[in-house]
Amino acid sequence: MDSQYWNDEIETMPRAGLESIQLIRLQKLVKRMYERVLPYREKMDAIGLRPEHIKSVGDLRLLPFTVKADLRDNYPFGLFATPMSEVVRIHASSGTTGKPTVVGYTRKDIDLWANIVARSLVTAGATKNDIVHNAYGYGLFTGGLGAHYGIEKLGAAVVPASGGNSRRQVTLLRDFGSTVLLSTPSYALNLADAMETVGIDPKKLSLRIGVFGAEPWSENMREEVEKKLNLKATDIYGLSEIMGPGVAQECQFSKRGMHIAEDHFLPEVINPETGEVLPEGEEGELVFTTLTKEAFPLIRYRTRDISRLYREPCACGRTLVRMAKVTGRTDDMLIIRGVNVFPSQVEHVLMGVEGVEPHYQIVVDRKGNLDTMTVEVEVSEQFFSDKVRRLESLGAGIKKEIKDYLGVTVTVKLVEPKSIQRSEGKAARVIDKRKLS
Amino acid sequence: MLVEQIAVFVENKPGRLAAITKILADNKINIRALSVADTADFGILRLIVDNPQKAAKCLQDGGFTVVVTEVVAIEVEDRIGGLATVLGHLADAGVSVEYMYAFVNRSGENAIIISRFEHMDNAVKVLEGTGVKLVSKEQIYSM
Ligand SMILES: [Zn+2]
Repeated sequence: MDSQYWNDEIETMPRAGLESIQLIRLQKLVKRMYERVLPYREKMDAIGLRPEHIKSVGDLRLLPFTVKADLRDNYPFGLFATPMSEVVRIHASSGTTGKPTVVGYTRKDIDLWANIVARSLVTAGATKNDIVHNAYGYGLFTGGLGAHYGIEKLGAAVVPASGGNSRRQVTLLRDFGSTVLLSTPSYALNLADAMETVGIDPKKLSLRIGVFGAEPWSENMREEVEKKLNLKATDIYGLSEIMGPGVAQECQFSKRGMHIAEDHFLPEVINPETGEVLPEGEEGELVFTTLTKEAFPLIRYRTRDISRLYREPCACGRTLVRMAKVTGRTDDMLIIRGVNVFPSQVEHVLMGVEGVEPHYQIVVDRKGNLDTMTVEVEVSEQFFSDKVRRLESLGAGIKKEIKDYLGVTVTVKLVEPKSIQRSEGKAARVIDKRKLS
Repeated sequence: MLVEQIAVFVENKPGRLAAITKILADNKINIRALSVADTADFGILRLIVDNPQKAAKCLQDGGFTVVVTEVVAIEVEDRIGGLATVLGHLADAGVSVEYMYAFVNRSGENAIIISRFEHMDNAVKVLEGTGVKLVSKEQIYSM
């Protein structure tokens, strides 16, 4: 019989036991970081902290934070804790100012990640008998390959569909009798639409579980996906800096948060303004320390995601702490169809296209089931022309540059001067019309 | 032999053309000819007026994006084939046209074709060589 856990011992371990494992791993991590990662050693030295000062899991709060800027400053491999000869995989995601965020994995990291994803899948209710359709994008993005290795580790059959071509995907879902679907929630809805177009009745499919993540989604959206695809939709959390998908996963019993793989990723919730650790249950910025990663370990990495932690017992029997669905960001990052977008990146592109900083506004919406992003640019005298062709190529050029730079397709709309609303003289850069609550 | 034209950026939304013509009327600027180039998302309004510099300033003050560009005004006899003859000369000389629009002069006899070419200098040279009648800016503004 299939177990309801991937790793019974860890997943149901009493807190005291779990904390002693966490402490041993934390002490080892801090020592390793101090010895091998110079930028972090300098941070510790600056406050006179030595690895031996960490005597309990609670001492975690003595350690300096790591922020996205540290990753950028040490681009590409400056924070790696192993020589490059040990690294077997590199992933990257877009950063705030052009340089991507780069992450590396040793062979052991890849295996660990596969195990954690396998655990997530079992937590969601999957077994090795499932046929898993993986529609996360394969490539530099951690979603596709990260999930792929986990599905294989579980022993299920993986269909590496990646993104795009929804019509073909729904045909495969039907023909292969896939039972589990992995994708962004908005892409799942897109697949539901494609089924309708092609004339496939979701009720006649074998899908039973969905593991959806990589973008924020609401409870309403969950209901919609469940209804339209006739499956049970679960939430998965991850970010490439910490590892990728699988950092936390919702179980079949909980609709109140995802179990964090806290034997590997030690969570904290802090006040984003003061950096102070908040009492359990309070909402704040999620911070993770990777306890076991070799190539790219991080201590107290500030995710910018807003969430909260729960320790109440869960009906599934897991003792692992749960995190609530991410309700927002502490920065202005937007997630468009699974791609991270910062307004500063759009600004950078606009500056590059015409050499001046135009007034612009980003309007994000969800049309049908897909996120749409429109960049409205005020046409100033510098780039206005009496020729239609020239204005059209300006719009097309901006669109292409954004696609090349950010990997996301946008609509560019040229608008009249002063038509973008300004509050206190400054234009509101982003209007997000998506309803997530 | 070039004539100043003003081009105004207009979003495709109701009331924009009315707003522009109102600004011009309020400032006692006469419109000689106009044309709107339309795309799905925006339009470019091109105007020949009796005082292009003043018109541009008024519209800019009214919050519009304006450029003043030079175009050629060609007088064409109002008879069948009149325009075809002119275009034939240009095509023979390899001059490509960006856009054209026409209006009829006050006497009602001849049509004035406002034309924008990719290479204006070259176009003017070709036109002068063919004996086509070009209208000066003074003539246009005082029409
Ligand atoms: Zn649970």
